Amino acid sequence: MRAIRWIAWILVVLVAGTTMAVLVSDDIRDAVLGKPGQGTGIADIGGPFQLVDHTGKPVTEKDFLGKPSAFFFGFTHCPDVCPTTLYEMSTWLDELGPDADKLNVAFVTVDPERDTPELMNNYLSAFGDRITGLSGTPEQVSQIVKEFKVYRRKVEQEDGEYVMDHTANVYLMDAGGKFAGTIAYGEADDIALGKLKRLVAGG
Amino acid sequence: MRIIAATCLALSLFAAPAVAGDYTSGSLTIENPWTRAMPPGAKVGGGFMVITNSGDAADTLVALKTPRADRGEIHEMTMAEGVMKMRELEAGLEVPAGGSVELKPGSYHVMFMGVTDGFKEGETIEGTLVFQNAGEVPIAFTVGPVGGKMAPMKHD
Repeated sequence: MRAIRWIAWILVVLVAGTTMAVLVSDDIRDAVLGKPGQGTGIADIGGPFQLVDHTGKPVTEKDFLGKPSAFFFGFTHCPDVCPTTLYEMSTWLDELGPDADKLNVAFVTVDPERDTPELMNNYLSAFGDRITGLSGTPEQVSQIVKEFKVYRRKVEQEDGEYVMDHTANVYLMDAGGKFAGTIAYGEADDIALGKLKRLVAGG
Repeated sequence: MRIIAATCLALSLFAAPAVAGDYTSGSLTIENPWTRAMPPGAKVGGGFMVITNSGDAADTLVALKTPRADRGEIHEMTMAEGVMKMRELEAGLEVPAGGSVELKPGSYHVMFMGVTDGFKEGETIEGTLVFQNAGEVPIAFTVGPVGGKMAPMKHD
């Protein structure tokens, strides 16, 4: 009985001591509780991925560091939002002029079953040569979709075809790969352009 | 309010594109059908127009037939909380009596599915709208630029 009480007290002291250490030491606290900003908030958008670009070259998130980036998720069997957004993106890049080279722009398919790198390459040729098409295996695409917290749903139709519901925002990331905001579908050109200019300027 | 309305009216008159073509069948008028040039490899496209019904009975657009696509469908696109959703309107799209319905980007559209020969800017796409009451109405879609937001201007 007495032994159990001793053990209990020892445990209490240990737990209290550990808690104090966690609260006092930043390093231990981060290790135990996670770094500030690593919660389930917007700061959590983005992360590691392995995909294939429209030339067939494997790429990872590291290929998009060093310059800010804009990621748009869509698919080529998309009659309206995707071609419109890609077209607008191409006009914004024209407006940026030489500064457009300081930005990575990627169109990520949410429909890897149909959107092969070859098809992405062909499709994107309508929107200039500055937009990288990203595709991959269904698992690889699922990973980036999860990292970016993109909503994506396959909707089967009666005729055996399917369409995709998907997030239509452009995700802006800074040169370090941190989430820096979005451009919403239908956002006014001058506002969208302002966001890209600030992103390029690092502000 | 009245000033705003008048301004909108004035602007709309000023900015009204030269219509590519209007089609009439009974009490239905189809204004300016248009679509967009398709990026290479694209298999689908959206078609837009305004359908006005001057009759005293509602009619319903139930199908699109066109030699340029495997299938034509009628769809509605909605945008909510940043997510784009598209649904086939299996019951068709009603055009109310004495009213009109606008098929436009970001909303209702006819959908060209399984296009093998992509639409090019400046060409015309033959099609037939099928209505429940008015039956078949042959029309032609003018093809505007890839990212066009409104009906292309007619170049005579």
